[in-house]
Amino acid sequence: MKLHRLLLAPSLGTILIFMALPIAITTLYSVLTPAQYGGVIWKPSAEAYIRLLFERDIFDDTLTFNTDYLQILGRSVLQAGVATLLCLIIGLPTAWFIATRPPGQKSLWLMLVTVPYWVNLLVRTIALLLILRDEGPINRALQSIGLTDGPLPLAYNNFAIGLGLVSSFLPFMILPLYAAIERFDFSLLEAAYDLHANRRKAFFAVVLPILRPGLIAGGLLVFIPGIGSYLAPDILGGGKTLMLGNLIGMQFQGSRNWPFGAALSTILMAVTLIALFIVARRAAREET
Amino acid sequence: MSDLQDHGDACRLTGLGRVYGKGASAHHALDNINLTIRANEFFTLLGPSGCGKTTLLRLIGGFDQPTVGEIAIFGRNVAGLPPEDRPVNTVFQNYALFPHLTVAENVGFALRMLGRPKAEIVATVARMVALVRLEGMEHRRPDQLSGGQKQRVALARALAPGPKILLLDEPLSALDAKLRQRMRSELKALQRETGITFVFVTHDQDEALAMSDRIAVMQDGRVQQLGKPEEIYEAPANRFVADFIGGANLIPARIGAGGAMAEGLGVVPATGAVGAEVTLAIRPERLAILAAGLQQPGDLGPLRVAERIYMGNELSFRLEGATVPLHVTLPRGGLRGAQDFAPGEAVCLRAEPGAIRVLAS
Repeated sequence: MKLHRLLLAPSLGTILIFMALPIAITTLYSVLTPAQYGGVIWKPSAEAYIRLLFERDIFDDTLTFNTDYLQILGRSVLQAGVATLLCLIIGLPTAWFIATRPPGQKSLWLMLVTVPYWVNLLVRTIALLLILRDEGPINRALQSIGLTDGPLPLAYNNFAIGLGLVSSFLPFMILPLYAAIERFDFSLLEAAYDLHANRRKAFFAVVLPILRPGLIAGGLLVFIPGIGSYLAPDILGGGKTLMLGNLIGMQFQGSRNWPFGAALSTILMAVTLIALFIVARRAAREET
Repeated sequence: MSDLQDHGDACRLTGLGRVYGKGASAHHALDNINLTIRANEFFTLLGPSGCGKTTLLRLIGGFDQPTVGEIAIFGRNVAGLPPEDRPVNTVFQNYALFPHLTVAENVGFALRMLGRPKAEIVATVARMVALVRLEGMEHRRPDQLSGGQKQRVALARALAPGPKILLLDEPLSALDAKLRQRMRSELKALQRETGITFVFVTHDQDEALAMSDRIAVMQDGRVQQLGKPEEIYEAPANRFVADFIGGANLIPARIGAGGAMAEGLGVVPATGAVGAEVTLAIRPERLAILAAGLQQPGDLGPLRVAERIYMGNELSFRLEGATVPLHVTLPRGGLRGAQDFAPGEAVCLRAEPGAIRVLAS
């Protein structure tokens, strides 16, 4: 029936206009020449990609290898990776706790997990900054009880960025893990104990492998937006540590180099897709 | 108690009790259980759901702790010992196979957890897979197996670490009727081959009678009767056992001078204190139906056929005229198979010698 396809039309249309089209435009812009005050000139150029790895000498046009941008990319991956690991360490016990509550209580705990999302991300990030800054309540309290002489450097550094990432993405880790633990058959745990596994061995030999799909889903949901995050590095990092998201943002604002920003976006997307592809391939291989 | 005697007993339960909750709402799941399970025995805990049989199995397995009493496994008190440290393995009701592991990995799980050498694991897994006849299935996952195959993997997995006692929690209940029949024989054969003590939990009396060396019939957290299948069936200790195992006609009666008098049925031979209220228990298949005119002293009657139920290999009648409806089952074919009666006919019943058991009410 034709009607069946019509049911999909709204979502397909939305994806086409708001996802596929911008991706196509971004990819296209990345191979064009930048115009002086933003925008592009319709002249093909690989300059944006060359710039990623090399520095072009202003006078004689020679290329020297430059790792500045790779470092930013590496830093972003590392920052997102650490945030993912922290979310996992905090999220797994939390999800386990919620999934093992009596049925009537689960929805209440799940709702509490989503409470931070009732407040806009920007507001939450600024609130976190107010808490962490030198005159914030933490530093005030530490000094008033005499634990520290001056303020601890809590804000405007990688620690603050990491805290921002963890606090904004933690629910994305908790929810898929909760779904996986909820489905977990706890008689398997008894079977493991019965078959001479202690708690630690049972966890690594039975619980973790069975929760793997949930771990992967949660990991991707934290890691991918973590790499390209913009607000946390911008506000909590005080713009001091440049991350990929901010670098891209700069190209479209201050630097007015749209093709370079587009190239960075395209590469971020490519890296993400390759990572997803590898995870999917490995998961598929384990299924068979 | 000598050491030798200890070695003859696989599991000794002394004054065992398990209470859930406290105060007025306390529930005695198990109450003063004293049982000795012998080595190399196929021992069955039989009872309806909620009778405490699964709780008892969990106490032996170490998944739950007794409120009072003691459990000794081959002479060793196992109080406080977690499941992984007991020389006992379990076949779970729904098998609880690890879905992410292959058949071979499932079977070898316990040995891996015990840190046995790889060569030993490979050899034992091969032996166990052969024992339950699953050769060629080693690399399949549980979701690629049929119910009967899963059952065998669960058995092989529990037997692989070489338990002294194997606990089986209603392992046949998830199988269809035909497979269940076959697995009964296989389980019994497996127990004889391995010489391991089996403690089998079931609510199915046919399973219990067919496989067990001894049966403990349980109800309300207590052992109602302990004995060989024949003893349990032929000489039930009380009303509950008589009714639960095989079904029985339970007729209220009073001991008189010439025997037990049951209202509307006459007098049957019985001894006891005159005036005592008793229950007569008679198996439906140990009665013959006769036309009312043939009634002799000692026969039960007169009665009237209320319903004739044809069941293929058997013919069953429901009779009215006594204080309780009576049931009689006749085999089809053979000498007695010639008998047939229509609803409304007046009849009487003649019990086989020794078929009537007099139980305290």
